[in-house]
Amino acid sequence: MATADLAKTTILSKPKNNVRRIVVGVLFLVVAVVIWLGFVRELPDGLINTYVMTPSASDSYFPNWVFPTEIALNIIAGICTIMGAYQLARGFGRFSNLMIGLAAGLLIFSFLSWASSGGSINLAGLLRVMVVRAVPLTLGALSGVLCERAGVVNIAIEGMMLMSAFVSTVFGSLTNIWGGLLAGILAGTLMGYIHAILSIKYKINQIISGTFINIFATGMTSFLSSRFIQKVGYQHLNEPGMFPVIQIPVLYKIPFIGPILFGHNMYVYAMFIFVALLTFLLYKTRWGLRLRSVGEHPRAADTLGINVIKTRYMAVLLGGAMAGFAGTYFTLGSVGRFDEMMTAGRGFIGLAAMIFGNWNPLGSMGAGMLFGFFDSLSTKLSILRVAVPYEFIGMAPYLATMIVLAGVVGKGQMPAADGTPYEKESL
Amino acid sequence: MTQEKKKNGLAIFLDELSRSSFMVTLLAIVTGLLLGGLLAAVTTIDVYTAMKVSFWEGIKVALSAMGTTFYSLFIGSVGNPSEIIAAYQSGDSLTIRRAIAPFFESLVQTTPYIYAGLAVALGFRVGLFNIGAEGQIFMGAATAAWAGYTFSGLPVYIHLPLSLFFGALGGGIWSFIPGILKAKTGAHEVITTMMMNYVAFLMIDWLLRYPMKDPNEYTPKSPWILDSAKMIRLFDTPIRFHIGFFIALLMAFLVWWLLFKTTLGFELRTVGLNPNAAKYAGMKVTSAIVIGLSLSGALAGMAGANEILGVNYRLVSGFSSGYGFDSIALALLGKSHPIGVVLASLLFGFLRNGARLMQVRADVPIDIVSILQALILAFIAAPAIIRTIYRLKEPKVEEAGISVGSWRSE
Repeated sequence: MATADLAKTTILSKPKNNVRRIVVGVLFLVVAVVIWLGFVRELPDGLINTYVMTPSASDSYFPNWVFPTEIALNIIAGICTIMGAYQLARGFGRFSNLMIGLAAGLLIFSFLSWASSGGSINLAGLLRVMVVRAVPLTLGALSGVLCERAGVVNIAIEGMMLMSAFVSTVFGSLTNIWGGLLAGILAGTLMGYIHAILSIKYKINQIISGTFINIFATGMTSFLSSRFIQKVGYQHLNEPGMFPVIQIPVLYKIPFIGPILFGHNMYVYAMFIFVALLTFLLYKTRWGLRLRSVGEHPRAADTLGINVIKTRYMAVLLGGAMAGFAGTYFTLGSVGRFDEMMTAGRGFIGLAAMIFGNWNPLGSMGAGMLFGFFDSLSTKLSILRVAVPYEFIGMAPYLATMIVLAGVVGKGQMPAADGTPYEKESL
Repeated sequence: MTQEKKKNGLAIFLDELSRSSFMVTLLAIVTGLLLGGLLAAVTTIDVYTAMKVSFWEGIKVALSAMGTTFYSLFIGSVGNPSEIIAAYQSGDSLTIRRAIAPFFESLVQTTPYIYAGLAVALGFRVGLFNIGAEGQIFMGAATAAWAGYTFSGLPVYIHLPLSLFFGALGGGIWSFIPGILKAKTGAHEVITTMMMNYVAFLMIDWLLRYPMKDPNEYTPKSPWILDSAKMIRLFDTPIRFHIGFFIALLMAFLVWWLLFKTTLGFELRTVGLNPNAAKYAGMKVTSAIVIGLSLSGALAGMAGANEILGVNYRLVSGFSSGYGFDSIALALLGKSHPIGVVLASLLFGFLRNGARLMQVRADVPIDIVSILQALILAFIAAPAIIRTIYRLKEPKVEEAGISVGSWRSE
């Protein structure tokens, strides 16, 4: 499968690669120009940046990072120019995706330095919040990866998460927090089962099936919530408690990185574990190969004796369970109670993260982190020197996803049979 | 002899009815409503208290809870017949208007549904799944509001259509972007229109905080639109019924005419049914996609404009609605046909309006309407469920589902 893909890309897209190389090279140069004209030229003289490298309420200490803004920005723009020139002349080849990421990172860093120069910004705090915000997005994206790698489009992540958030609250209040977690995962699995029945058995359009789950979950949770748990007399059903913060013993003491990565509740660690696990399972095991083959070419998979329908059911159920786990984050990992519409579109951003991350777990987490960073940044804009409306920062994930989808900087490799129901040929 | 022939005729009729998709639609609606009533009954605590006395007592209370729900739904959407008769006998015009207000209020609720349902239905006909009607409604509302308070000194017959046109323009531009992206790069419209939704929400937040903010207000609200941009109301207060309903019907007619009576409509539908065939027949598939999606967005934009010009008179942050997602159910229920969409919109409009009284009277949260709509959506989309439940016969020709091209472009 992998070799076939490779062969296809090298044979078919030779001439297109050239165009892409030039586009990406020009893009790097544009980044450099933006930094020079947009940021450096506008900068008052002699400003310095102070990045605080220790999150507040942390006992380890790491010295602040102080540098003159203008020099730093000039260096960054210089690096981008060199990258652009090299890309135009020779091309980074298979590293070009990495380089695009690097350029985007440099651009964001320059913007932040420019906007916060003269003052101080708590970089460690910003990154810490980023990791937290990335959790529901990444877990949601993993749900999408599981379903879509097997060829079933899942736009119902939002609805699945919302339903699970509600169920986990009620059951968590009735039993204990682990009961809530289990109930939430089961609720997500049930939603996945409905999605599977509608889209695999009844073969209705998978987007319509997803829309059904989204509307149904929104209606049902709001209905039950305003009928019961928001009412006086039922408040005890909305107190599930929260998972405690676990500081990983040795790792937490690492300066800078420790507090950012290792001082959270279990959801952050679960995210890392699931991403690693799913990457291994999807790409290194027979199970993963079968799952992916069903999403790429179901007929061929069927010919080789793989039960397409069964595999798809399994993938969608697992995807539902993953979305269910993500849903419990909102109640048991973040707020400690259920509010109507509390997922607030995170499921859809998770879907975007999956696309941005090219339908694979690691990429999804990268995209989740990037979107989480924008989210984290938009809450801190008020302390910046330059007034930037938070709305425009908030738009960045959506616009970035559209750009990726349009293939301006490299086309995503979507599973070939994504969204098409499988019908066994009958003779 | 004649007896037997008659019986045959009836049998044939029943047979045909059982196979028809009309029967499925009807049963889908009825089943959805029944399940909704059941949900209201099951979540009534009194039922369980009564169950403790005896089982039948519980069933009785449950039935009465269902009854109250449906009764208040009916009264809330159509009006109370005895009240209306009493009002006409009293002859007081205000009392009469109060009594018949629920019916007209339902039509007010129906109006944006018609536009939004037409938007999605038109998209379906071109093989496009416009899931971003919500964002287009927002943008249409913003542009209509802007036109409504900016252009002063115009007479009603110019200002009102102009503002409505601006609404269509706002929604149209918003869906033109996904359209051109789909046509040029193959980016799937489901994702792009969905992303444009969130961009629209944030854009509106920003517009209301800065350029469109009424300086006299503390909270983000736009200025009031001028009187010349307001939809003409056909009755005095408290009836909010306005000419927007008839404009919506006119648009439904125009969409029907465009789709089924013009060359462009034929091309659009052909592209929707089979893009490859359309291509080999010499039709421009890419321009059909752009036109289809833009028109769809323009219709959705008119839904937003209608709400601003006819009901709200100003843009307030978070003014929506959920019309955008309901519209998918509307288009499916209406079989993507303008007449069907109008009928489906009437159903949903009356449901939603009636649900408000139901919330007060029967203490059933209004969100039950979303559940009903979701169930009806599922039953319509998967007719096999209804056919299995009611043991209907299989249709002679296979029922065409929604033909939206696969996820993958090209």
